[in-house]
Amino acid sequence: MPDANSLYGPLDPAPDAGWEAAPPRMGFFTDTSVCIGCKACEVACKEWNGVPDSGFDLLGMSYDNTGALTANSWRHVAFIEQPRPAGHRTPPFAGDPTGPAAGSPASAAVGAGTATDTGTNPGLPPGRPESAARMSTGPEFLGMPGAQPPGRGAGAESRSDFRWLMMSDVCKHCTHAACLDVCPTGSLFRTEFGTVVVQEDICNGCGYCISACPYGVIDQRKDDGRAWKCTLCYDRLGAGMTPACAQACPTESIQYGPLDELRDRAAQRVATLHERGVPEARLYGHDPTDGVGGDGAFFLLLDEPEVYGLPPDPVVTTRDLPQMWKRAGLAALAMAAATVAAFVGGSS
Amino acid sequence: MAEAHPVGFQWVMEAKKRGAKVFHVDPRFTRTSALADTYLPIRAGTDIALLGGVVRYILDNELDFREYVLAYTNAATIVSEKFADTEDLDGLFSGYNPETGSYDHASWQYEGQEGNTTVRGTGKERDSASGLEHESHGEPVPAQTRRDETLRHPRCVYQILKRHFARYTPEMVARVCGIPEEKFLELARAWTENSGRERTGALVYSVGWTQHSVGVQYIRTGSIIQTLLGNMGRPGGGILALRGHASIQGSTDIPTLFNLLPGYLPMPHHADHPTFDKWVDSIRHPGQKGFWGNSRAFAASLLKAYWGDAATPENDFGYGWLPRMTGDHGTYQQVLNMIDGKVKGYFLLGQNPAVGSAHGRAQRLGMANLDWLVVRDLFLIESATFWKNSPEIATGEIVPEECRTEVFFLPAASHVEKEGTFTQTQRMLQWREKAVNPPGDARSELWFFYHLGRVLREKLAASTKPRDRALLDLAWDYPTHGAHAEPSAEAVLREINGFDVATGRPLNAFAEAKDDGSTAIGCWIYTGVYADGVNQAARRKSRHEQDWVAAEWGWAWPANRRTLYNRASADPEGRPWSERKKYVWWDPDAGEWTGYDVPDFEKTKPPSYRPPEDASGPAALAGDDPFVMQGDGKAWLYAPSGVLDGPMPTHYEPAESPMRNPLYGQQANPTRKIYEHPINRINPSPPEPHSEVFPYVFTVSRLTEHHTAGGMSRTVPRLAELQPEMFVEVSPELAAEVGLAHLGWAHLISGRAVIEARVLVTDRLTPLRVDGRIIHQVWLPYHFGSEGLVTGDSANDLFGITLDPNVLIQESKVGTCDIRSGRRPTGPALLDLVGDYQRRAGMPPDRKVPIVTTDVLGGENAAGSTDEQTPEAAARDGEDHA
Repeated sequence: MPDANSLYGPLDPAPDAGWEAAPPRMGFFTDTSVCIGCKACEVACKEWNGVPDSGFDLLGMSYDNTGALTANSWRHVAFIEQPRPAGHRTPPFAGDPTGPAAGSPASAAVGAGTATDTGTNPGLPPGRPESAARMSTGPEFLGMPGAQPPGRGAGAESRSDFRWLMMSDVCKHCTHAACLDVCPTGSLFRTEFGTVVVQEDICNGCGYCISACPYGVIDQRKDDGRAWKCTLCYDRLGAGMTPACAQACPTESIQYGPLDELRDRAAQRVATLHERGVPEARLYGHDPTDGVGGDGAFFLLLDEPEVYGLPPDPVVTTRDLPQMWKRAGLAALAMAAATVAAFVGGSS
Repeated sequence: MAEAHPVGFQWVMEAKKRGAKVFHVDPRFTRTSALADTYLPIRAGTDIALLGGVVRYILDNELDFREYVLAYTNAATIVSEKFADTEDLDGLFSGYNPETGSYDHASWQYEGQEGNTTVRGTGKERDSASGLEHESHGEPVPAQTRRDETLRHPRCVYQILKRHFARYTPEMVARVCGIPEEKFLELARAWTENSGRERTGALVYSVGWTQHSVGVQYIRTGSIIQTLLGNMGRPGGGILALRGHASIQGSTDIPTLFNLLPGYLPMPHHADHPTFDKWVDSIRHPGQKGFWGNSRAFAASLLKAYWGDAATPENDFGYGWLPRMTGDHGTYQQVLNMIDGKVKGYFLLGQNPAVGSAHGRAQRLGMANLDWLVVRDLFLIESATFWKNSPEIATGEIVPEECRTEVFFLPAASHVEKEGTFTQTQRMLQWREKAVNPPGDARSELWFFYHLGRVLREKLAASTKPRDRALLDLAWDYPTHGAHAEPSAEAVLREINGFDVATGRPLNAFAEAKDDGSTAIGCWIYTGVYADGVNQAARRKSRHEQDWVAAEWGWAWPANRRTLYNRASADPEGRPWSERKKYVWWDPDAGEWTGYDVPDFEKTKPPSYRPPEDASGPAALAGDDPFVMQGDGKAWLYAPSGVLDGPMPTHYEPAESPMRNPLYGQQANPTRKIYEHPINRINPSPPEPHSEVFPYVFTVSRLTEHHTAGGMSRTVPRLAELQPEMFVEVSPELAAEVGLAHLGWAHLISGRAVIEARVLVTDRLTPLRVDGRIIHQVWLPYHFGSEGLVTGDSANDLFGITLDPNVLIQESKVGTCDIRSGRRPTGPALLDLVGDYQRRAGMPPDRKVPIVTTDVLGGENAAGSTDEQTPEAAARDGEDHA
């Protein structure tokens, strides 16, 4: 375990970044158990922030035609169709003359293909059919429906259980944000609310932040080269307003508030769901001791994070930076010493 | 509901949070199903069988709220011995006339009243959608009826209902709907356990219930359940229609319908209502109980609002100027008339029939045969560009250079660019302010009609023709403001509210309406919305500053009453049924009705009041008659008249079905409105031959991401990208059967059209086991058309035109089709494909649709008569609208 420092471990990021008398850290708690997949968050975000469309492609990933968080989509609602029981509910297709479920590697691969340029870089992850196929054979069904004839597909001989998971993904606003750590221009900065924001007039498009993000959130817009992502509506926060997505959410699936309060509320919600026979409810990104020091935007999920396309155990990519610099420094010193020794040796 | 009304769905989520159990019945697993506790897949078009099963479950297990049912419904009323049920006549009620395809209601009446009915021939009632009038009128029934309070009389409504629904067993529900018995029982148990003295349940429906050839009877079945369970007139109860747009309720109250005038006053019929007196008497039914007794005052005040000083008692307030109905002027009849060259001009406002109405091809060909067409919309929609961009261009049926229709496109202001009210499903009016100015030449509807009227009047000013008096004598004087002379919406609201003619004082209640011309009221049920000269609809008092009924948020008609018939929330003696469901009650000390809501009852009429025998109007209502607009003051479990297709709901198969009706010999609604026109070919259904040509059931509805015909969403990039292509959802089982691949193409064929769509193979659809067969259903969004950022074929093109007899709504939620892999043909080959299907299915242009199923009347006509024409002739006649 590396040492806790300002690149790793629990801390309050705004004061750590030098803000004096910072307001409480603000964030999102996204409760996917009440998400109805209306995508109002996606639309409200684009309207408020002037984000362009991300292409008119039918992706075939259930009702998800956004695909991923990109420079042109700062909220992304994932839809996952699963032949699995949903909590205590009555199996939806019990007693119906069904065959096996539609998910199969072949159909998942078809479902993962997109025909046209998405206008973003690195583009949409589902543009890789082979990985979609690989994922669908794994322990988690990723919700790519297909046309495997009954009897030939994987899974049960007849489907009766089914659930449809929906989840609005967003930038996590990590306690330890690698994107910010690696930004050479200071374009990315930590706000007084503890959130992470790109200043578009400073970004020089170097793209370091993109490979640094452990969630694959931040992304470059192809036609202008700069990096774009959720700002947690920094301009609204300053005016005491709620971010556009949370404001638009009809079912309070996206909740905005002081992170401490949200964490308490989330813990209660999980307890309630467990009581009501939904043992699969769990939190993601809430823990200040995790690899990124906890997320400013965290989630209540109904399945493993991988099912939603989230990394199970994200670690800030700059965690080992002090160690590395230390080693590099030592190595440099050793080199210098050796060089000096060589000269000294030579002259003697 | 989550799919089409996501904002309203937040209250379902709120209820869930408090422990409510949510059931969802739908042919496909939707976003609503994803959040429901129990999802029941159902065969489209079989809801009456499901609901009828619930009625039987209630009656069989005696789970009805007996005190409520005895006191407040017509359960105890004795029905004529001449009445014969569908049980006796294999799916028909007594009084059926196969010549007109309609019923004589005489035998349906209460005992002793058989000769008392004043209804018109129901064929004519159907043409004018008179059923819709009864939505609020109640039909004429006498105040005093014979009753058996023990409910044992074999001809009392309770026993008739019990016999009628006896065959709707859980096994039958499974056979008809494809819903397994255990699941049906889970639903029936939950519904009944959640109703009674301490608990109430609400029923919320939308066009999935109404857009059927038996749509009104769907709602009737729901009302019967809610009435039996005591869920009407009580808090948390009721039946609510979720509307498809912001003010659909408002556009029925102040109607955009051909057969109604504001406040549900019927549009006069030229033959039946020659004079003002005859018209008024047909509304108020002299001698009847209830509040329609005052309709003379409402009618006179309406005409006074129209014609102002020119409306006098001497000229019957200008009744002679009021247009008259001569028959069916419904939208589908109009379209067929356009095709036949009988209509010259057409206004389209906020409507896109080229995509949104059933049988899109008929809509487009009709509009292509006009002299002129005015389209007012936010965007250039398909109904404005059909002459140069529609599927008929490729087939050669419309040639842009030759299309005779002159189209005038006028840009319209959106709801945020103009002020006015929305009336929502609770009948609540909410005023909205203008947020921004409309762009460019876009103007409000109010502006358009006011200035259209002004210009027409100026042009006719010198006219001496009597026919122009109707226009010239209109009270057309609204204050305007701004650079574009925008009329004042508040002035219009004030006129709708009504005012005292002499002083201009706004009226406070419709009880102030006079029949002598001293009051003018634009819509009597809205009287009070401008009470005390204040725009009550603009009230925005927070719910945290008032009680839970929130009477000071907006304004609800009538009289700001939030729950209709709320006298029923108290028992016959006027005490709340329970502390938990306390709402409106009798205060014996004060000698008046009181409670959280405005009582829907005469304020000081005590529960013990009994009317004298010769009373009529409101005075004839007893102190325990809560359903004050009904002719007998009771909720109707059995409708002795008013519902044209039967006094009780009966399951009929949709007009197009792959199934034989498992319940009765009569296959489909015997009173459904059909249009026999060469363009309107209806797919055959059993027992007719060749129904196997169209083996699959299709249903259409909305996606959250798009709005109706797409004019407001396919044009907006941030919405269009969310659902960018037309698709069809199929189950893995059907995909395997037909050979469809996920994200591949498929085309669907009906007797009217071929459309193509990308395929979404999904576990959310399931085949159903119905009556020993496997039935596959497919689902399509109906949002796509040929204009906008994202385009696609229109699902509504697949539908034919068959209407509900009561309100003339089209059956556009279920039909039959075939589905094939790959893209559809284009050009003339497309017409050949449809022609080929028509030939194989035996659908010549002059095909007679069998209204009465052959084996019911034992006749020889109807079924089977279609395959006599030679296939060649059928193919030749297949397309005659090039």
